[in-house]
Amino acid sequence: MSENYTIPIGPLHPALHEPITLKLEVSGEEIVGVDIFCSQVHRGIEWIGMNRNNAIQSIYLAERVCGICNISHPFCMVDAVEKVTNIEVPERAQYIRTIIAELERIHSHLLWAGVAAHEIGFDTVFHYTWALRESVMDLVEYLTGNRVTKAIFMIGGVRRDISEEGAKKIKEGMRFYLENFHKIEEIYLHDPTIRMRTRDVGILTKKDALKLCAVGPVARASGVPKDVRQDYPYAAYADYGLKAITPDMYNGEVHGDVFDRIIVRLLEVKQSVDIINWALDNMPSGSILAEKNLVKLKIMLKKAEGEGVGRVEAPRGEDIHYVRLKAGEEPFLSWKIRAPTYNNVLPWIPMLLGGQIADVPIVAASTDPCMSCLNRVTVVDTNKKKEFEITKEYMHEQSIKKTRRLMRNGQ
Amino acid sequence: MMMHEVWKLLFKKPFTNKFPAKYAPKNVHSYLRRVKSGKVKLVPPIPPPPNFRGKIQYDIDSCVGCGLCAQVCPSKAIEIVRDKKWIIMHCKEGATLAAPLKIKIYVSRCVFCAQCVDVCPRKCLHMSDEFLLANEDKLSRDLIIPGP
Repeated sequence: MSENYTIPIGPLHPALHEPITLKLEVSGEEIVGVDIFCSQVHRGIEWIGMNRNNAIQSIYLAERVCGICNISHPFCMVDAVEKVTNIEVPERAQYIRTIIAELERIHSHLLWAGVAAHEIGFDTVFHYTWALRESVMDLVEYLTGNRVTKAIFMIGGVRRDISEEGAKKIKEGMRFYLENFHKIEEIYLHDPTIRMRTRDVGILTKKDALKLCAVGPVARASGVPKDVRQDYPYAAYADYGLKAITPDMYNGEVHGDVFDRIIVRLLEVKQSVDIINWALDNMPSGSILAEKNLVKLKIMLKKAEGEGVGRVEAPRGEDIHYVRLKAGEEPFLSWKIRAPTYNNVLPWIPMLLGGQIADVPIVAASTDPCMSCLNRVTVVDTNKKKEFEITKEYMHEQSIKKTRRLMRNGQ
Repeated sequence: MMMHEVWKLLFKKPFTNKFPAKYAPKNVHSYLRRVKSGKVKLVPPIPPPPNFRGKIQYDIDSCVGCGLCAQVCPSKAIEIVRDKKWIIMHCKEGATLAAPLKIKIYVSRCVFCAQCVDVCPRKCLHMSDEFLLANEDKLSRDLIIPGP
C-alpha cells in the first residue's frame, strides 16, 4: 500500500480514559506523521477560583484538578499564595508537606508502572504492582483521613500533624517498600520480554527533550538532570540536598526510550522512600500552622496584593500555578494552572515517529499522561486524507500481540 | 520470578473484603428481611481509619449562627437559615426575622474536607465515621442536616 492513511485515535485516550485526540498518519504499519489535539479541561476551575471562591475554598478546588497529583496542585497553589502574602510556613509543616508529597510520588509511580505493564499485556504484573501500591494508599488514608482527596493543605501550613504512632506506621510502610523493591526491580528491569518490548521504543533524544521542554521523568530519562526539587528547592528538599535521577545512574547509559523511563520512575520510588525516612528522623517540633485563626487568615488574604508563582515537582514533572491577588477582593484576580502533561505531550511527536501502531499505547503511557491536566489546543499538522476508526481495544490487542510475538521469537 | 508470585497468590486468601455480602443476592429486599430477622449476617466493612472524614454531625443547640462555615465551604453545601424550632415556639404571627440564625447542610453537595469543622468557633460541627451515604434522592431526609 503506497497511499498514506490518517488514523484518528481518541478523543478517548489510547492508554487512559481521558479526553485527547491523536491523529496518526500511517504508511502501512509505519507511522510517518503525528498530530495532537488537546482539550480545554480546567478553564472552569480557574474561572470558579477567580469569580466565586475565596482563597481557602480554592485549595479544595485545586485538589480536584487531578485525581492522582492531588497533593501537587494544592501544594503549588498554597505556595503561590504564601509568596503573595509573605506567610512564613513553620518548619514542621514543611517536613510534613515533604512526606505527604513523597508518599504521593510513590503511589503515582507504582500506579504508572502497573498501567505500563497492562499496556504491553502483562496483567499479572499490573495486579501485583497495584497490590503493592495499596500499602501506601493505606498510609495516606491513615495520615490524612481519606484515600484520594486528602485535604491536608492550608495556607501557612498543614491541617494534620504526624503523631508518634503515625511516624512508626510510616517507617514500617517504608521498610515494606525497601524489602519489596528488589522484586519490582526484578520484574521490570530484568525481565527479557519487558526489555525487548521497551528498549529503543519511543526514543526522545536529549536535544529534543530540551527543545520541546519536556519535564519530569520524561526529561530525566533522556538524560536531562532537571528536577524542581533540585533546582529550586521548596519545603524541606533544600535540607535533604536531592539529586535528579537519570538512567545512567543505574546502568551507565542513556537511551531516552521507554525502558529508561521505567528505570527513572522505579529509582525515584526508592529515592522517595529515602527522603521520607530522612524527613521522619529529622522532623523538628513546633506548630504546624503559621496562622491558627482562620478568620484572621481570611482577613489577611483579603488585604494582600501582588502576584506569586508556585513551582512543585509533581510525579509527572514540574507543576506551575500563577496567582494574582488584589486588595479588597477575596477571589483571585487571576489564576493560571500549568500542569506537567502539557509539556510532555509535544515530545510524543518525536517518540512516535517511525514507530509501530502496536507501540502507541506503551509510548503514550510512558510519559504518564494526565489529560485532565492539559489546558490548550495544539494543532501541529492538519493534512488529512482518508480516515478510519481505530479503537482502544484494537490497539491494546495489537500491543499484546506484539508482546506475544516477541516472547515467541525471543525464546 | 513472576510464576512464583502467581503460585503464591493462588493459595492465598483473597485480599478483598466481601462487604456487605459474599455474593450478590437474587432479591435484595428479601435478603434484607432475612438480615433483619437474623437468619443471615452481613459481612462487616473494614473499619475506617482514625480521623476519617465521614458524614458531618451538627449540634444545633450550641450553634451561634455566625456563618463562618458557609463562608469557607468550597462546595457551598451550607445554607444559613432561621431557626425553625424557635419560630414555632416563640412567634405566632410570623415575626420570623427575629429568629436566631442556624445552618442547614446538604450532604449530597459536601466534599468532606472538614474545613467548616476547623473554622467553627463553637465546635458544634464534627465528622463522623459514617460513609454509606449513597441515595437515589439527593434531597432525602438522611442527606439534609439537621433533619426536618
